[in-house]
Amino acid sequence: MVEKRLMYGNHALVEGIIYAGCRFFAGYPITPQNEVPEYMSIRMNEEGGVFLQTESEIAAINMLFGAGAAGVRATTSSSSPGISLMQEGISYIAGADIPVLIINVVRGGPGLGNIAPAQSDYYQATRGGGHGDYFTITLAPNSVQELFEFPRLAFELAEKYRNPALILADGLLGQMMEPVEFTFEPIDPKTLPEKNYALTGCKGRERRVVRSYDLRSGKLEELNWKRYKKYQEIIKNEQRYEVINDNDADLMIVAYGTCARVAAATMKMARDKGLKVGLLRPITLWPFPKDKLAELGARINNFLVVEMNCGQMIDDVRAATRFRPQIHFHGRPGGGVPNPPEVLKKIEEILGGAQ
Amino acid sequence: MKLIFGRPAGLTEVNQRYCPGCGHGIVHRLIAELLVELDIRERAVGIAPVGCAVFADEYFNCDMIQPPHGRGPAVATGIKRARPDCILFSYQGDGDLAAIGTAETVHAAARNENITVIFINNAIYGMTGGQLAPTTLPGMRSTTSVQGRDTGKQGYPIKVCELLAGLDGPYYLERCALDTPKNIIRTKKVLKTAFQNQINNKGFSLVEILSMCPTGWGMTPVQSKKWISEVMSKYYPLGEFRNRAKEEK
Amino acid sequence: MTRELIIAGFGGQGVVSSGIILAHAGMLEDQHVTFFPSYGAEMRGGTANCSVVISSEPVASPIVAEPDILIIMNEPSLIRFEPQLKPQGLLLYNKTLIKSEPKRTDITIIPVPANAIAEELGQGRIANMVMLGVMAKKTTLLKLDTLKKAQRVRYKKASEEQLNLNDQALERGYNFL
Repeated sequence: MVEKRLMYGNHALVEGIIYAGCRFFAGYPITPQNEVPEYMSIRMNEEGGVFLQTESEIAAINMLFGAGAAGVRATTSSSSPGISLMQEGISYIAGADIPVLIINVVRGGPGLGNIAPAQSDYYQATRGGGHGDYFTITLAPNSVQELFEFPRLAFELAEKYRNPALILADGLLGQMMEPVEFTFEPIDPKTLPEKNYALTGCKGRERRVVRSYDLRSGKLEELNWKRYKKYQEIIKNEQRYEVINDNDADLMIVAYGTCARVAAATMKMARDKGLKVGLLRPITLWPFPKDKLAELGARINNFLVVEMNCGQMIDDVRAATRFRPQIHFHGRPGGGVPNPPEVLKKIEEILGGAQ
Repeated sequence: MKLIFGRPAGLTEVNQRYCPGCGHGIVHRLIAELLVELDIRERAVGIAPVGCAVFADEYFNCDMIQPPHGRGPAVATGIKRARPDCILFSYQGDGDLAAIGTAETVHAAARNENITVIFINNAIYGMTGGQLAPTTLPGMRSTTSVQGRDTGKQGYPIKVCELLAGLDGPYYLERCALDTPKNIIRTKKVLKTAFQNQINNKGFSLVEILSMCPTGWGMTPVQSKKWISEVMSKYYPLGEFRNRAKEEK
Repeated sequence: MTRELIIAGFGGQGVVSSGIILAHAGMLEDQHVTFFPSYGAEMRGGTANCSVVISSEPVASPIVAEPDILIIMNEPSLIRFEPQLKPQGLLLYNKTLIKSEPKRTDITIIPVPANAIAEELGQGRIANMVMLGVMAKKTTLLKLDTLKKAQRVRYKKASEEQLNLNDQALERGYNFL
């Protein structure tokens, strides 16, 4: 058995980034993810990697653009207001087809909001976020273990499709502690394959150019269609989810991240009362696991979407289930975190009490 | 017949689309010559700005990247830290470097980031059609200051070398100009020092170059050169503002 | 079997450390565990609390709304958390610092003169260890020895003298009942 270590989510995330072979981090402090740059500064120093505390999130994302274009694994971490500032850079990175990893430890918004856990950046994360036709691969961990494991997965997907990837966490996941199993050997960055787009100096080859623009007539349209095909491939191949108790379910909860933990507890309480409740947990928010939801939506009549916002993912659930089932919502915006008893109450209202 | 003057290997075969009398072509050539003379073309990664020189990524015969407006020094930092053997040059205009990218410029300088920044100061926004720049002189006309820059409403120009000279970080800061052959030769020498500093791991070098924009200024190329000599270089004095190599001696 | 705990008190009373020690001890006993501290405006000074879940199966939610066990170190926390305790739940409170009486009648209440016992050992700030010792005896949730091991991980930079004192505080709590 692999040894377990009790770790904070934010620290496990840092280890996961290091284990993924990333040796470049740039970021600007913002609550509730300050443990990430703090611990990262120590770890990068130990590993001989690059740690840059930048003048702004704008600088941080552009340093990632540079490092990613230079062909190395590069990460930044921030929280909602900082991620808003990064949207310019993310758009350019997507437009230049450069893989990088962006962590958003989401907090309450809009504006300065608060520092409590939230999921109100779902639209921003899954619709591209900045200007132009693009998407970022978005992963939603729901445990400290997944905070350790997802950076590697995110880099693999990002590099496979040459696309920026986002990990959407929240302050609760980052600041909780759970046992972590180091389930894979650390990746030595030197063993990662060279990238055929990397800017390294043109010795012995044609010069390379990394850019997001093309002013020639019709060329940008072509490029967007080409990228659209890539997105279709990602949608076809990479929908990830966890599904529990769907076979006999009268009601499926759909929730990700922290809300999925709350939903799992609620499901147990409901089952104890004889209520047939299942859970679908999207792991990729983009691509959204719409195929599984389409299948579930065809045979299950009630869905309850639980989110820490006023209702964002619910739109994707409605579309994926083709508006056939009844879709209910329980949301806690502005940093509110739902608890199992309140979600159970909602389920009892929907299903008409204990059976 | 012997070819004694031709296109340097540091430039691609693409025809540059700058206006007649524009300074960009001169500076491109100086950089391109240095890429060859210093034998750094195959190590170089250039940063193209947003502005008239946006197509610099087509003109320089080396690896190039085109970042968001003003973010050149941040992108250069990312590449340099990831690939310390590469030679980074960030080519930027006045809007790019001294307006939208002020923070990135100042902080790269403060970190003494080991990169070379080439700052084309032509006192105007060329590509977007001649609007007020952070370097537009008091009283100077632009399409957004048609009566001339009113310092009461539009404030004062930013003198970039003087601004950065207030920092401990930067290794080398010098302002030069393209108005005379002598000053062009000086500019090349300054650029060479700026690249050599990076090769020798000395840190941040910035070369500010007063450059002609006849179209934006509404002047002939000859009048433009004269204006730099008689007006612009009086407001932006030429010379060295920081040279730690001399302090180290 | 799943047991949910909330530990609450002033900042500086070792509330967060207590939670981490419990979670660590649970992990050492091959249980599934989560620990979640309260942060925000309470991060510096003021009151602090944390939630710990120890379970024989994977922990669904780290958020504890209705704890099975409450460890209360100061007066404001008693007022805030007593109503949330599950019926038949266990309330341990620091009798030295809390003058008012708990009001619930449907729970088990154990007043512990934690600071007084800790002072007898020469150090008021190890009152949290006393409370953990009492809990270990009362609930059989975790073994005393495991708590001793876990505190040594939590305070790995402390002197051997201090670690021994912590062990003594755990034992005094354990033998209190």
